[in-house]
Amino acid sequence: MANAIEARGLVKTYGKVTALAGLDLAVAEGTVLGLLGPNGAGKTTAVSILSTLIEPDAGEATIAGIDLRAHPDLVRSKMGLSGQSAAVDEQLTGFENLDMVGRLYHLGRNRSRERANELLERFDLTEAAARPVKTYSGGMRRRLDLAGALVAEPPVLFLDEPTAGLDPRSRNELWEVIRELVGRGTTLLLTTQYLEEADQLANDIVVIDHGREIAHGTSRELKRMIGGERIEVSVTNAEDAAKVRHVLTSYASGEIQHDATTHTLVAPIAGGADVLTRVLRSLDAEGIAVEDIGLRRPTLDDVFLTITGHHAEEEPPAEEATPGRGEKKKRGAK
Amino acid sequence: MSRIIRTLGDGWVIARRNVIKIRRVPEVLVFVVISPIMFVLLFAYVFGGSIDIPGGSYREFLIGGIFAQTVIFGATFTGAGIADDIHKGIINRFRSLPMAKSAVLVGRTASDVIYNLISLLIMALSGFIVGWRFHEGLLNAALGFGLLLLFAYAFSWIMGYIGLLVPSVEVINNAAFMVIFPLTFVANTFVPAENLPTVLRVFAEWNPVSAVTQAVRDLFGNLPTGIPEPTVWPLRNSILYTLIWVVLIIAVFAPLAVRRYGTAAKRG
Repeated sequence: MANAIEARGLVKTYGKVTALAGLDLAVAEGTVLGLLGPNGAGKTTAVSILSTLIEPDAGEATIAGIDLRAHPDLVRSKMGLSGQSAAVDEQLTGFENLDMVGRLYHLGRNRSRERANELLERFDLTEAAARPVKTYSGGMRRRLDLAGALVAEPPVLFLDEPTAGLDPRSRNELWEVIRELVGRGTTLLLTTQYLEEADQLANDIVVIDHGREIAHGTSRELKRMIGGERIEVSVTNAEDAAKVRHVLTSYASGEIQHDATTHTLVAPIAGGADVLTRVLRSLDAEGIAVEDIGLRRPTLDDVFLTITGHHAEEEPPAEEATPGRGEKKKRGAK
Repeated sequence: MSRIIRTLGDGWVIARRNVIKIRRVPEVLVFVVISPIMFVLLFAYVFGGSIDIPGGSYREFLIGGIFAQTVIFGATFTGAGIADDIHKGIINRFRSLPMAKSAVLVGRTASDVIYNLISLLIMALSGFIVGWRFHEGLLNAALGFGLLLLFAYAFSWIMGYIGLLVPSVEVINNAAFMVIFPLTFVANTFVPAENLPTVLRVFAEWNPVSAVTQAVRDLFGNLPTGIPEPTVWPLRNSILYTLIWVVLIIAVFAPLAVRRYGTAAKRG
């Protein structure tokens, strides 16, 4: 199958800060690539380059078979961009926003209106269509934002952290919408900080750190690498940590992490709730006072701990990265 | 040819959007309305009594200068609008669309003419109330207003360019002030230029703001008889000199701004 998005050796530096240090990406037609990494890892820079917003210092890319550097305008007619790096106009209504985008895609007056109404209907925004966007909830705004990227039904879609800051319900709703889109054959490049999101939506996951790939595979491959669910145990007395570690060793499917400041131990396990029950029994039999114990899914941080041995740290932001981050918090708060 | 049509079409879409925004956020209009009234009243009553213009009324002399200054300040809206669009990430959206590269600037500068049209109307009305009249007929008066709008339009390309350069919306007002204040005060706007010290006088005589002011005073028939005819070329040919500047400013700043727009992006 042909690649709808292909990038080789993308490099971008801002002064002394390297945002991208030679990134390769390939997304087969009709599939979803999840670009996973912490803040400042270079996700937005990658999307900005591929969506023609900024030029790379080095490297090349093709979108839907079109060379990015040679024909940026043609690329723009084949793609849609949504999420953190593009926005809707707060003072315009939902309808006005989509209608405007349609006209700027040169769909014509009637088709633009028609398309705006179709999308409002599909994204469950018809009732809010005549209201200024500033009255929308966070979830509605994101849906409209996504709709904006779909106006011209582009074959390639870039979604930059589409659910950052959304509550779980809105996130699930947006996931549904995205799944449906992909079901229709759209090629999608999605950036996210949530392992779960990449796992839910992406066929392929590329983990990046400091602007370069540190892991690449299907969600299953990645899980095999980092292990399944985690048991997290916090103890009241620091001395008990060693005993807990001893208990966990017989259940752990990988390395046990110990955070000495919070007296918390984390162990990847192969099973689920049954393992938790057995661990609890063992701890009880040993007479260890546990402050907190629980089962959780692996996070981006666990990916980083497994692959790089360090936490998924936020980069000290490049000068350009700062407003983006502030913006995201603001959007998230709404 | 089709490129020009596309640019104008896209520019029209952007202009329409900006006009909708003016209607949605009428608070901005308060500033557009209040500040011209304030200026007219302030200068007419605070300075109007203490400054004597030989062979004419200071108030009539003044109005042309205030018109010029106010429409030039109005150009700041262009810069602020552009900077705000970048900050909000809307420019990113526009730049991801297959639209004409210059359309956002073309549309913005065009829609901002509305602000200046409104402030001119308000100023003319408040001018009438404090005793300003035009004496050269309606056509000349209309030409005067047209010239002011044209000059302001050119100026808004400068401000649009500055709006693309500044890191935030807050900076734009200060940046604009630094450009506009000396330009509008070291001129014949509020006092006749010949009273200024030599260096300032030469600057004032060649300052395009002086020319546009001189031109509208001429067209309104507000030039006091007691002030000698200007001797320097720019003021003797004030309409032509103004038009030359209009063309020059657009020829320099439109390409600069459009090129800058092509790399403007909110990076997050």
